[in-house]
Amino acid sequence: MTLLDSFRDGKKVRAAMDELHRSVTRPWTIMEICGGQTHSIMQYGLSDLLPPQIELVHGPGCPVCVTSIELIDKALAIASQPNVIFTTFGDMLRVPGSHGDLFSVRAAGGQVHIVYSPLDAVKIALKNPDKQVVFFAIGFETTAPPNVYSVLQAQALDLKNFSILVSQVRVPPAMEAVLSSPHSRVQAFLAAGHVNAVMGYWEYLPVAEKYRVPIVVTGFEPLDLTQGILWAVRQLEQGTHEVQNAYSRVVTKEGNTRAQQAIQKVFMECDRNWRGIGMIPMSGWRLRPEFARFDAEQRFQVGDIQTHESEICIAGLILQGLKNPHECPAYGTLCTPQNPLGATMVSSEGTCAAYYNFKRNPPVKG
Amino acid sequence: MCLAIPGKIISIYQENTLTMCKVDFGGVIRAACLEANPEAQVGDYAVVHAGFVISLLSESEAQETLNLFKEMEQMGIKLPDEEKEEG
Amino acid sequence: MTTSSLPHLEGPICPLPLSHPDQIVMGHGSGGQMTQQLIASVFQSRLTSEALAANNDFGSVALPDGSLLKGRVVVSTDAHIVTPLVFPGGDIGKLAVCGTVNDVSMSGAVPLYLAAGFILEEGLPIRLLEQIVDSMRDAAQEAGVQFVAGDTKVVEKGKADGIFINTTGIGWLPEGMSIGGERAQPGDVVLVSGTLGDHGIAVLAARGDLDFETSVQSDTAPLNGLIQTVLQAAPHTHVLRDPTRGGLATTLNEIAAQSKVAIHLDETAIPVNRVVRSACEFLGFDPLYIANEGKVIVIVPPNEAEAALDAMRRNPYGQNAARIGVVEATPAGLVLLKTIIGGTRVLNTLAGEILPRIC
Repeated sequence: MTLLDSFRDGKKVRAAMDELHRSVTRPWTIMEICGGQTHSIMQYGLSDLLPPQIELVHGPGCPVCVTSIELIDKALAIASQPNVIFTTFGDMLRVPGSHGDLFSVRAAGGQVHIVYSPLDAVKIALKNPDKQVVFFAIGFETTAPPNVYSVLQAQALDLKNFSILVSQVRVPPAMEAVLSSPHSRVQAFLAAGHVNAVMGYWEYLPVAEKYRVPIVVTGFEPLDLTQGILWAVRQLEQGTHEVQNAYSRVVTKEGNTRAQQAIQKVFMECDRNWRGIGMIPMSGWRLRPEFARFDAEQRFQVGDIQTHESEICIAGLILQGLKNPHECPAYGTLCTPQNPLGATMVSSEGTCAAYYNFKRNPPVKG
Repeated sequence: MCLAIPGKIISIYQENTLTMCKVDFGGVIRAACLEANPEAQVGDYAVVHAGFVISLLSESEAQETLNLFKEMEQMGIKLPDEEKEEG
Repeated sequence: MTTSSLPHLEGPICPLPLSHPDQIVMGHGSGGQMTQQLIASVFQSRLTSEALAANNDFGSVALPDGSLLKGRVVVSTDAHIVTPLVFPGGDIGKLAVCGTVNDVSMSGAVPLYLAAGFILEEGLPIRLLEQIVDSMRDAAQEAGVQFVAGDTKVVEKGKADGIFINTTGIGWLPEGMSIGGERAQPGDVVLVSGTLGDHGIAVLAARGDLDFETSVQSDTAPLNGLIQTVLQAAPHTHVLRDPTRGGLATTLNEIAAQSKVAIHLDETAIPVNRVVRSACEFLGFDPLYIANEGKVIVIVPPNEAEAALDAMRRNPYGQNAARIGVVEATPAGLVLLKTIIGGTRVLNTLAGEILPRIC
């Protein structure tokens, strides 16, 4: 689609970058909370083109990385049971639990299938009536609609063999957790455009006001990211703290109200444990009691999980933007994509993996 | 958390109680759920994430954004921002 | 775990084996009459050579005239495992021939002979087997190579994905040719013979797990003809390698490490089919890491780059050939990519399996 190509046009990006260079007069620290944006920045080498005063920090925007180790261990336990077909997004397969990952469960004979959509998992349940099909429902708000509709569809079809293991997280509480940390250096946020496509951005108005930080809803192509950064910098230079929409071709203030209604129907807010960070109150979603029969945690009694996390891994600090991967003693030595100690090195858009795969050395000037 | 790309809706149909559509992403055709965007029509551009249409793409807004950048490119001058929301 | 529904009557214990014209059964692997019949009707009727016709357990072949004086024999072997067995643009048979022909050709050698070992799964439809061997015959014919030795075994249902094929190839490398991954030098130009990522995406689509349709065809092809014309036009070619598993990025990393050089690429110059690019985008893949089965990377001294490129473009398998980068001394061992917006990123070797992303 040529429209997509236009948002990657090198000439336009350079023009926007030039404008950015002209606009900045002081150092600023801007955080993006979206694994997809981290990936895009790394993939295009955008950081190389930024003015040196701008520090781009990556937040806890990778749902793969922040899924709690208890849930990973529960996933492994469920997937190991005979008669279970465990379905998941691809990037969950290598996330380390306390003892192994889904890959090792598959190697030991467990039926673990990668799907592109939770609705494909429902199809698998239809085709395999004698098996229990479980879908690992991770994600931020962007993924909530497909996750929710898989349950609604299963309900409409009266499926007895489908359930989801929920690890849904929400962005606004994460933003507040980052901003309320005493060590926070974040002065502005780039919000994840596709989260906002679903939720709108009305939820950010009180956050911008309370913490006096500009928040710019930003897309994913190089031009979108440059525009998001440019608008954030302009606000910082002017001293304003408003919510702006730099992704207007996809995002509106209200968002997708039908999707939000469906989410409210099936999910309710709950506390959630973010791997490496800890518990953030009301930062997640879980199934409402009337949908309990689709909750894999209840269908499969997998309580009493003893977790074991690597002591050297500082993923939590990295997810909050407090440290960079280079500052981790294990980075690149004990901890590599082939031998990850923590989730941020496993997921291809986890900060540590992104750094390792795209920038093995300190920035190379092209 | 947001890998979603735009594609053109080429057909709309019902399957297993849900409204679905076939989307053409530059030559790759995939089914996606249209339940959250019932107003969509064949020919519209849909933004699809994990097999679900999370929103439609406004070509006019896209063109407006691109025009901003074209001007920036051509004139190299500072432009006023878009409408801001009161924080 | 044998779940065959056929009675266990066939094989050496039964004096009159039942005939099974439709599918492979354990008896086909017994070495007796059934095996002989299978070999004759499926393999020998299609893969013909003097060596095979002699019906020994070995193939005795001659090297090209005058070759005993100077030059080297080049050998390569490869096991082929692919699901599904048939995909748009080819099948496991074509893959088995082209893969090994290409490996031998990457040395600069002319491939001459192939040997093939087949491991057949009980229950494999013979019609499918015949189709696969037809493809092997056609590919071998196009490449100008002969099958001179072969073997078949049968395993119980569940022990093989339909069929596994191992092929070994032999070629002749005339004296004076010195091509290898360690030969890239600063100043060299990096060329590629065409679009990247076609094979991997075609197979992934055909597999059906991710449920998408596309018109992409596998690029599986024998490249010995193309390579010979390149070597005639650019006789001082330093490196030839086909970017199979792990894609362009992984293969260039191997070369950068072997030659202890840096390879600098220009993203805008790398040819990728528009549909392959779309498929990669929606799955979260990078086309530079996707397998190719009909492409070659050519690294040549700068004064021979134009001639090499020209030679490739005149060949049907090289029409989209392009110059994609240069070799430099530093940073040694790394592959760097200048992105379409002018930034730089390091192209690492593929760590493990490529997984579709959600983010």
